[in-house]
Formats: sequence, structure tokens, C-alpha cells
Amino acid sequence: MTAEMTGIGVSPGAAYAPVARLAPVPAPPADTGPEPDPAAALATAKAALEAVAADLDERAEAATGTTADILDAQSMMPRDPALADQIEQALANGRSTPHAVIDAYGFFRAALEAAGGYLAERAADLDDLRDRTIAVLLGRPMPGLPDPGHPFVLVAKDLAPADTAALDPDTVVAIITEQGGPTSHTAILAKSMGLPAVVACPAAAALADGTEVLVDGGTGLIVPDPEPGRVRRVLDAEAKRAAALAASHGPGRTADGHAVQLLVNLGSQADLAAAAAVDSEGVGLFRTEFLFLDRETAPTVDEQVDAYGQVFAAFSGRKVVVRTLDAGADKPLAFVDHGDEPNPALGVRGIRLARTDAGSSLLDDQLTAIAAAAEKHSAEVWVMAPMVATPGEAAEFADRCRAHGLPTAGTMIEVPAAALRASRVLEGCDFASLGTNDLGQYTLAADRMNGALAELLDPWQPALLDLVSLAAEAGREAEKPVGVCGEAASDPLLACVLVGLGVTSLSMAPSAVAAVRAELATRTLADCAGMAARALHANEAAEARREVAAY
Amino acid sequence: MPPENVHERRVTIASTVGLHARPAKLFAKLAAEQPAKVTIAKEGQEPVDARSLLMLLTLDAKGGDEVVLTADGDGAEASLDALAAELQTNRDAP
Repeated sequence: MTAEMTGIGVSPGAAYAPVARLAPVPAPPADTGPEPDPAAALATAKAALEAVAADLDERAEAATGTTADILDAQSMMPRDPALADQIEQALANGRSTPHAVIDAYGFFRAALEAAGGYLAERAADLDDLRDRTIAVLLGRPMPGLPDPGHPFVLVAKDLAPADTAALDPDTVVAIITEQGGPTSHTAILAKSMGLPAVVACPAAAALADGTEVLVDGGTGLIVPDPEPGRVRRVLDAEAKRAAALAASHGPGRTADGHAVQLLVNLGSQADLAAAAAVDSEGVGLFRTEFLFLDRETAPTVDEQVDAYGQVFAAFSGRKVVVRTLDAGADKPLAFVDHGDEPNPALGVRGIRLARTDAGSSLLDDQLTAIAAAAEKHSAEVWVMAPMVATPGEAAEFADRCRAHGLPTAGTMIEVPAAALRASRVLEGCDFASLGTNDLGQYTLAADRMNGALAELLDPWQPALLDLVSLAAEAGREAEKPVGVCGEAASDPLLACVLVGLGVTSLSMAPSAVAAVRAELATRTLADCAGMAARALHANEAAEARREVAAY
Repeated sequence: MPPENVHERRVTIASTVGLHARPAKLFAKLAAEQPAKVTIAKEGQEPVDARSLLMLLTLDAKGGDEVVLTADGDGAEASLDALAAELQTNRDAP
């Protein structure tokens, strides 16, 4: 029997179900080459490549639009004559069949990586195809999501966005990963789906398929083969917690009545109905990228008016903060030439795109569409720009919004420069919203995509909280709202800290609203200020969390 | 010097993104349909098999780059016509 284990609980809730592991990438056996019959070995390798391509074809048929286009291009790669040539050559050089396949993919991977930029990203696609081919050669399942036919706890080393895209919330009841951190993709996804999740639990490597586990996504505790009495107690407590959350309603306020707007983040039309059904005061961050990414031409103004109108209609009478397009070399648009950027997170992204002619007209079209949609509906529409660094950029954007008939224009604060000079930034616009995910990445100089730096990206980092404090203080002096939209606002304890630092609204995953409201209702504003002081006094993120939890 | 039955054509790539992504896919598919064996090269570099999407990607030909197509075998001229026309079509455009 496996002992209890703990990781970092990143999405509260408890669940009890058998484990199903993400099919791992198969480890290739030792190189036993040369193959006695290289011609037969080449035929075997080609058959495996064809099986991989055929599987992709099947999935491309089920998909539509861009996804189908991508899968179609992917299926050409295993069938590529040059790949077969490389395998033949590696076999002739005395490699075993699996190692000849690895070498052949490696050859193209190195060539693509050397080219850099867009092509270097395709290198990861080749790794995936290589792993699939090896799995077929070894008679193993192709790497990917399990489908045991009953509800299960998904266990994985880590989850890639591609793995989670197909996740079915009806069958996956909780997620455990060996790696990852509080701001990892897994954590964000689990929170948005309301699934209990535990990350950074290396001991989970020992959990085998079929083992019954009890998972607590709040405390991070995982109990394999628990006693029935314990399961009942935990699930009873979970039912009570869910009921308490369901009972919490109305606008956010502290125990002594200080109002804090609780808002939801919205990133796609698919999530709209569920987001609108949540008891909140509106949308604090409406990400508009979904209209622009994964397509070959820019959306027309009419198409945008329609899409924004659907959101404004669903939030009729409530506030909706629209963030203008945040694209760039890290989220490239097919219809804009982004050029080669060696460092896309620091490049022409967000409002900086408007420096180019193409980006400037995209922004004008977008503001025209937002204004037209706002005209037709009764939502209170605010607009803000991503990646603002200077007061000049903030003022210029606000002027542009007003010229389009949009009266309330603000600034995302995700660049440290904008936080440091928040009072000047607020002189030229009406409000600010702290994007703590990017602000953390830029403050700690830690790439959000780099799992090895997860603890630097922890939203409890005191340096990040210092910048939140500066911006909130500037807002108080200017008597302009300064909110937080980012993972930080989804954590009930951290939400209290943010309120203590002076932020006026919290925007979060819709599933997090009830828990944040319930926590906030138990603390006075003075409590929140005390918690904030403790967090700022800490040297490390983990220490800040510990100190505040003990408050 | 190419042998007499080998035909050659110089073409400038029209797609802004270059011979990547969708333009590369369409070109490789078309090349695979040709009876003649076609290669493509950037100036001063080794020619690669035009049917190979992977080799096309490693060629890293950008929009506005000039490339050399060569075709060998039956219908070489017709193959060059078709493939040159494909490269001269801007596949970024809607």
C-alpha cells in the first residue's frame, strides 16, 4: 500500500476515484543494431510511420478549420520521403530500428531549431511525432489522454496545453501532476474547470493505473487506498463546502462592509453562458484574442460587433472590461507579419502592435466594433490596453478610445515600469487593472513557460505584491479604480491580501468567485491590511503564504 | 552544367510568411503529384526534394527570396510551370 503524499493544492475541492495515468512517452530500448535485415527494418519503420500518420488523418477528419489544417500538415511529416531516407541511412550506419527513427527525427529537429523563431516551435511537434512512432514500434499505446471508460483521477508528470484541450470534465474528477507550480497551465485550467488539482507532487510517480485515491485540491493531500470511513468524512466535508459556497451570494464585501467588486475573467464565447450565470458584478477581463488567433484573415468589424454584442447582452446591466487584442510574436497572427523576434515576450506585443500600420488599423477596427456593440446593449463597457509601459502610451490609448466614443479607458499594469509610475499612468486614463501573471514574469525575470522557475512565478512573491501596493496606492490618491485580474485574485487568502493592499476589484476564473466571496466575508478591512503587512514582510513566496495562512 | 534533360526555373516566393506553414504544405503536396522529380534550392545551397515538407522547412525560404527549381523526367516543363505558379501565389492572402 502506497503512503499518503502531498503536493501543492492549486484548485480546491475533494474527489475519490481510480487513477488513470497520461500514457507516458515510451523509453526506447538500448540500441541493439545493426539490424540483421535493414530492408525489413526499414519496412517496419515505414509501417509505424504510416500508422502514426493514419491516426492523425483520423483526428483531422473529426476536427475543423485551423485544427484540421494543422493536423493535416502534421500527418505529412511521418510520410515525408526525406524522413524515410534518413532512417534508411541510420539503419545502414548500424542503428537499431527505434534508434534509426530517433536519429531521423533528431536530424530535422536540429535543422529546425537552428533556423530559430517559428520553425524552432515546430521542433516540439517533431518530438511528439517521434514519441508516437516509437510507441507504435514498441507496441505501446500512443502518448495521450487515457480513456478507461469511467470517471478517473488524471495523473501525469506534467500536462501540456495539447493534452488538456481534449479534457472531458465529466470523466476527469481531479488532476495530479508530479511537476508544475501554482501558475502552471494545469493549475489555471483546473481552476477554470472547477476541478480539484494538486501539482508539484513528485511522489505521485508511484501511483499506478487503477489505484483508488482520495484527492484534496485545497490542502494538496493525496491518500491512496483510503479507508471507507475517511472517504465518507472527506466527501461529506466537500459536500458541506460546496453547499456553503453555493449559499454565498451578492456583491463582494469584507466582514465590516467594505465593498470589493468581484468579477470574472472571460476568454471565449464557449465559456460565456457559464460565466454569465455566476453571481458576479461583471467581467473584469474580457480577452478578445479568441477572435483573432487561429485564423488566416482578420475578423471584420461586423463580425466583431456581433461577438462583443453577445457578451454585452449576456452581462446586460453589469460591467464588462474589454481588453484590446494582446497578440505579438508569442501569440502570432497569421495575417500580420511579426518578423523574427528572438525574445517575443519582450517584443512587439499588446498595445505595441499598434505602432505598426497593420496593428494600428486592427486597433481602430476593434474600438469601432466595441463602441458599436456597446451602443446596442446596456452593459457598462470599459476598455483597457495590454502591455502599456509608459504614461504616454496610456494617455494615447485613452484618447483613442474617447475618439471612438468609449468614455471609460484604462491600462493593464503588467510591465513593472507602469506599476512604478502608476500615478502618472493614471493621470492620462480612468482606471488600471493589474495583470499579475505577466507582471510576475517581468518583475522576477522568469519565463512563464519555464516550469523550472515555477516558484519565482508564484503570485505570493513579495516583490510582486510591492508593485501591487504601489499601483493601489496611486489609485487611492487619484481616486481611480485599480483592480487585479490574474491568478492571484483566484486564491481566497491572497485575494484578502490584495484587498488589504488597496485594490478595488478582483477578477478571476468564474469557478473561484464563490470561495473568494466567502473568505472575504470573514475578514474585516483591518484584517486584510494586517495580512497584507505580513505578506510584504516575508522574503519568499512560500513564507508569505505561510505567514498569512497563520494570521 | 546540368544535363540537357534537366530543366531549371528561377522563381521569387510570393507568400509573405515564406515557404513555411500552409504555403510549404501546399507546395509539397503539389510536388508529390508531379511525374517529374523536382528539387528546390536557395542560391548557393544544396537542392532539396520538393516533395519533402521537412526539407522545405529546413530550407527556410522567406517571402521575396529567389529559389531555383529543377525538374528531371517526363513532363519536366509542365511540372515547373505548375510549381512556379504555386510559388508565385501569395498564400497568406484570403
